[in-house]
Amino acid sequence: MGHTAEGRIVLSADDVRRALTRIAHEIVERNHGLDGVVLVGLQRGGVWIAHALADILAGIDAATPVPVGAIDVSFHRDDVGLRPIVPGSVTDIPDTLDGRTVVLTDDVLFTGRTVRAALEALNDYGRPRAVQLAVIVDRGHRELPIRPDFVGKNLPTSRDETVTATADGVTLR
Amino acid sequence: MKHLLSVDDLSATQIHELLELTDHMVEVSSRPIPKVPALRGKNVVSLFFEDSTRTRTSFDTAAKRLSADTMNFAVASSSVNKGESLRDTIETISAMGVDAFVVRHKSSGAPQMITRWTNASIVNAGDGWHQHPTQALLDCYTIRTGLNRRDSFDGLRIAIVGDIKHSRVARSDVQAFTMLGAHVTLVGPPTLLPPSLDGWPVEVSHDLDALLPHLDVLYLLRVQRERMDDALLPSMHEYSSMYGLDQRRAAMLAPHALVMHPGPMNRGVEMVIDPADLPGSQILHQVANGVAVRMAVLFTLLGSGSDLKGDAS
Repeated sequence: MGHTAEGRIVLSADDVRRALTRIAHEIVERNHGLDGVVLVGLQRGGVWIAHALADILAGIDAATPVPVGAIDVSFHRDDVGLRPIVPGSVTDIPDTLDGRTVVLTDDVLFTGRTVRAALEALNDYGRPRAVQLAVIVDRGHRELPIRPDFVGKNLPTSRDETVTATADGVTLR
Repeated sequence: MKHLLSVDDLSATQIHELLELTDHMVEVSSRPIPKVPALRGKNVVSLFFEDSTRTRTSFDTAAKRLSADTMNFAVASSSVNKGESLRDTIETISAMGVDAFVVRHKSSGAPQMITRWTNASIVNAGDGWHQHPTQALLDCYTIRTGLNRRDSFDGLRIAIVGDIKHSRVARSDVQAFTMLGAHVTLVGPPTLLPPSLDGWPVEVSHDLDALLPHLDVLYLLRVQRERMDDALLPSMHEYSSMYGLDQRRAAMLAPHALVMHPGPMNRGVEMVIDPADLPGSQILHQVANGVAVRMAVLFTLLGSGSDLKGDAS
């Protein structure tokens, strides 16, 4: 992998697409199909991933459409008042989550604090049967007992590095 | 932002930011469990030296939906009746640990004064004839959503009708509406218009009927019955026939026009028609939006960390 002005390229756009395709198959495998599965992207970086996975899942099992939502966790964060909080787009949960299997999606899993906030926020919309977590990159440095169920790439990093994961690829700087 | 005392304190950008945050608060309010932990551990005290049901309840609901603790200071049963000064009252309650005071007072400028006696944030919930900034924000939000004008009010024609002179709502609304680009006309009997409109970016009219077909928003103010005693109004009946919204006038409004009122409403005076018969009535939306706007204000003052540096991740 090469370098650009933005840093070291860890995954190319093709790599990201292949990782998402694999994750989509893993979601089907883990849940024995797609019945009751809902994709919920974390604002802001995880929303496109939920939509990309939904597109791929539609190709795998067209008979079971998977609802897609987005959740903003600003008001559930544990650092309210400690640093600036600027909410992303408004939360949009397609339906009650009672009894559903929610697959949360995010770009980069780091400390786990955003995921903790998301788990708490989801409770406001019902009681899911299960919540699973899909991320493009797990960069380590967890501060809470949270682990992903589906991972594009495990990427060892130092704390002060920045990881960017989009449909165009993953860079580290 | 530390306090919200007046619309003057806000820029158009800040108003837009508050209205965008309000979108989030509307979503929170629509959840099966409409409560988020954002202001857990914060203490919000309402201090109302003047009667109010909706504003006080609205702030109270807003604070509770953000998980703040709330305390109502009931002036009627307080030591204010034993002659305690405003300053002593503020300092005493502050000593219990208060993050924000929501203040309504009959004297213009009282909330500003209070900022000197406490480190808590102050939200002006109405001071005399002066300001009622959260009413202006909720009215802006209602127009923004009702007419789908997210970016600006450029070109919108708004008439504010009634007792402009004694109305803090009119004063705050004129500032906010014009800051966002609307064209505002004030309508009312000469005795109820301010003695000088120097510096108000508005037009004045005494002929409501001529304006009605051109309006995007008709904003009716409450006629304050005590003004009758001051001989500023000949009779409620005359006011009603000149400026009240009846069936005939409602039919003259454009189909898309919104009708708004800050409440409480005088049925049969400024509101002759039953608002339930008005397709454009926003009155109940205003009440619901009021809670969401006040959530946005409290979150901005107490939880947004807008005065801090760094990014959330």
